[in-house]
Amino acid sequence: MYNFDFVRPSTLAEAVIALAGDEAQPLAGGQTLLPSMKQRLNMPGTLVSLTGIADLKGVSGEAGASVTIGAATTHAQVAAEAGAFYPALADLAARIGDPAVRNRGTIGGSLANNDPSACYPAAVLASGATITTNKREIAADDFFDGMFATVLEEGEIITSVTFPIPQAAAYAKFLQPASRFALTGAFVARFEGGVRVAITGASEGGVFRWSDAESVLSNSFSGDALAGKLPAAEGMISDLHGSAAYRAHLCGVMTRRAVAAAG
Amino acid sequence: MPKDGGIGASPKRREDIRFLTGEGVYTDDIQLQGQCFAYFVRSTVAHGTIGTIDTAATEAMPGVLAVFTGEDFKDVGGNPAGWLINSRDGTPMREPKRPVLAHGKVRHVGDAYAAVIAETYAQAKDAAEQLAADSEIEDLPAIVDMAAAVANADNRVHDEIPDNLCFDWGWVEDNRAAVDEAIKNAPHVTTLELVNNRLVPNAMEPRASIGEYFPGTGDYKLTTTSQNPHLHRLLISAFVMGIPENKLTVVAPDVGGGFGSKIYHYGEEALVLAAAKKLKRPVRWTAERSESFLTDAHGRDHVTKIELACEEDGTFIAFRTETLANVGAYLSNFATATPTFLHGTLMAGPYKVPNVYVNLKTVFTNTAPVDAYRGAGRPEATYSLERVIDKMCRELELDPFEVRRKNFITPDMFPYTTPVGLVYDTGDYNATLDKAMEMADVDGFEDRRAESAARGKLRGMGLSTWIEACGIAPSNLVGVLGSRVGLYDAATVRVNATGNISVMTGAHSHGQGHETVFPQIVAEKLGIDPASVEIVHGDTSKIPFGMGSYGSRSLAVAGSAMNNAVDKIIAKGKKIAAHMLEASEDDITFEDGNFAVAGTDKSLSFGEVAFSAYVPHNYPLETLEPGLEETSFYDPGNFTYPAGAYLCEVEVCPETGKVDVVAFYCADDFGNVMNPLIVEGQVHGGVGQGIGQALCEQTTYDADGQLLSASYMDYAMPRADDVPFYQVDYSCNTPCTHNPLGVKGCGEAGAIGSPPAVINAVVDALNSGGFTHITHIDMPVTPSRVWTAMQAQ
Repeated sequence: MYNFDFVRPSTLAEAVIALAGDEAQPLAGGQTLLPSMKQRLNMPGTLVSLTGIADLKGVSGEAGASVTIGAATTHAQVAAEAGAFYPALADLAARIGDPAVRNRGTIGGSLANNDPSACYPAAVLASGATITTNKREIAADDFFDGMFATVLEEGEIITSVTFPIPQAAAYAKFLQPASRFALTGAFVARFEGGVRVAITGASEGGVFRWSDAESVLSNSFSGDALAGKLPAAEGMISDLHGSAAYRAHLCGVMTRRAVAAAG
Repeated sequence: MPKDGGIGASPKRREDIRFLTGEGVYTDDIQLQGQCFAYFVRSTVAHGTIGTIDTAATEAMPGVLAVFTGEDFKDVGGNPAGWLINSRDGTPMREPKRPVLAHGKVRHVGDAYAAVIAETYAQAKDAAEQLAADSEIEDLPAIVDMAAAVANADNRVHDEIPDNLCFDWGWVEDNRAAVDEAIKNAPHVTTLELVNNRLVPNAMEPRASIGEYFPGTGDYKLTTTSQNPHLHRLLISAFVMGIPENKLTVVAPDVGGGFGSKIYHYGEEALVLAAAKKLKRPVRWTAERSESFLTDAHGRDHVTKIELACEEDGTFIAFRTETLANVGAYLSNFATATPTFLHGTLMAGPYKVPNVYVNLKTVFTNTAPVDAYRGAGRPEATYSLERVIDKMCRELELDPFEVRRKNFITPDMFPYTTPVGLVYDTGDYNATLDKAMEMADVDGFEDRRAESAARGKLRGMGLSTWIEACGIAPSNLVGVLGSRVGLYDAATVRVNATGNISVMTGAHSHGQGHETVFPQIVAEKLGIDPASVEIVHGDTSKIPFGMGSYGSRSLAVAGSAMNNAVDKIIAKGKKIAAHMLEASEDDITFEDGNFAVAGTDKSLSFGEVAFSAYVPHNYPLETLEPGLEETSFYDPGNFTYPAGAYLCEVEVCPETGKVDVVAFYCADDFGNVMNPLIVEGQVHGGVGQGIGQALCEQTTYDADGQLLSASYMDYAMPRADDVPFYQVDYSCNTPCTHNPLGVKGCGEAGAIGSPPAVINAVVDALNSGGFTHITHIDMPVTPSRVWTAMQAQ
């Protein structure tokens, strides 16, 4: 790790000013940034911690309508508090990483990083959530922009994420044996207007909506309806943990499992 | 007599209290006045020519005290291979020098070619980064695949070795023609090609070293993560640096796991000593985890074709293997022994197979050096044999249990000379198989399979009947086989004046529990409280010359030395007691901690005799020296031959290919058991590592020689939820016939016997589930590999 300056503002406005500085980078839970700094792969001049801003934390909502999660809310807090509004989201948060990760990592950090194997992007995209920043509101369908990329601009900070509550939803993931990130994960959300399915871990383009599965499930919300359906293996990640064909296959398996779990 | 602390008792490990409360003292815990820090500049390419290394900018950086490159060590001796192996044509193996720092060429990613010493660790690391930027390394094509390495004479890891071959070994070469003939004429031959996957050792404590130099006396001290401090001293003194042995102390304090990887002397150790002398300050280095992945000696990495010739009823006729064994870029100290005399000699298994021939080519590649890792050669032999037997049973539709029984060497046949050069002294392979089958409720398996099927899972059962040779080793025998060291061990038992005891041993405990089990033996023999016995190990200035701990040898070899030293103590005690009790020495008995005159009520306690030895007022000084301290060196008469039967049950998910090990049964014959709790722990750990190899541990180099699985993000270690609750039994014991404790060794058994049991179970599950085209899947059987195999139908 190289030397760096560290600031921990207590308001969003202060954070925005700090981030305007040279080589400044926001720090949320640090679950990706800190390891990459330790390996000297990342060398910010100033780290601007977002964890001291009370406005960015917390879970609030309206039963049956929506739940809003502050961007600096830890996975553990989401697991503990979001269940009353959105059980599938709380369940997803409860299964991210291990307790140390869940007590440090935040939803905003996860979304801004957009790791292709992260869990939260699947929930956000399948739920059709809205990402609120210090500048604007962004629909989930517009937010993710490929592996480790989003439409966030320089100095733009996620402040909260608002999820509409579906009639039924569940997340199923298959663990990469070493990292225990999602080798492939599927989040299925059934709304009055139709079913949304988001897949993480599988695609070279990062999280994506599996539209074929959505149309099938919108007609018949059952795993059997998906029999024989797979996304194209082309464009799927292929590495020592699984071929592209295997990941495409897991999209089907995990989506069926998520449908079964959603009930 | 010690009721709950002697031989056969299971006291909890006394050392665990300090380990579990953070009071252990590991190398990195030792802080010294005036210390400075080394950081190594390591190659980022697998193969390259070292050009100019411009040290000027680095030397000017803050805190930098010294910079070393390969130039500084090009004239010192090389780190040697411990065994000389001859090729089939009689020529000696090719033996390139392993330098302290790479010189001329870098040969694997992580190969250190320079080092920076600075006041702080961060300064050393910053400066090393500068030095890397100022070093010209010209890329050469990487040599990664073994078959390609041997085929390509133009691309060489070592310029003087044209075909990248270290040696081409035949064992036993005289068997070759007869085995070829037997296979040609056999009614049935089963052939299997398999990979024994390369493993990264992953000791919890990374390697670490501190070099010290004392200008006043010219003495050196190396504190390092070693399984065998005397071996380190010998290698550094006699081969690498020429420091006289009596001017070098090597200390291995608490060491957090080795699994073989800390047997060897590494260049970092020589560097911190050289730097300490140059700077006259302590110089320290602790590996980062990434350095451990890239530079600790890896394990296994064999590619084997095995053929099993048999009668139609499964009676074995001959085995033949052809293996390519990777040694990586340089010869680590035991790299040439591991695939040969720890592997080829085991290729008869526990079977009365008439003939066996092993051909093994050892290949240099641009990868990390490969050497002994828990089991060391014996897992490779067991895996090849137990897999090909399983395949043969499937081909001929024979019962795998009955085929083993039909071919087992039986107790009436011992001592039994195998066609591959070992003499098994004792064993009862049917007994352990019976026990395993009873524990596993083999008769109830079909019900369990049906129950799994009802949950959508494919259940399979796999058997492995393994044997190994450990307790290494008889020095005269290994000398004939090419070893450059003896493999005895030593113990000094020092009875102090107040009756408590210090035992200095050449064995080194880095997780094995020596501090608990060795006192049990001494206490049992002397009839005293084990709490009054302390074990001293890991410091060449305190202990007798011993060869350390590996090859499941500590108890069988060092324990035997301890046993014999205690016998000498008792013998001397009898002389002292005879004098004090005014009786003939022949009439003195020693029982329950008391010396007595037979047939009388006259007796002295052990403590009274010990006190007299140090306060010899009433003592036979004319004929007997005072003091009560004895040393014994023990050189074993043979290897020991633990054996056993392992049964594994797995469930395979047909949707994802994920394998769950749901049950694992071990029936082992370790000879006499000193501490059952420790034996069970050793088996649990070994089986855990074997399951890790079978299911998830995957060391992957790409075609450029980059290690893709170089962190825990990609290298999957087995975790608690990957292993079942093991059932372990060690009641079927046939005591070793040639050591005084009748013990065989249990440290590696689990890692040796378990991988084929897992894979046999996976193949069984898949075949029973209708995937009858699957005859084999290479380890690790990751979900992706299993699923891919299922698709090939």
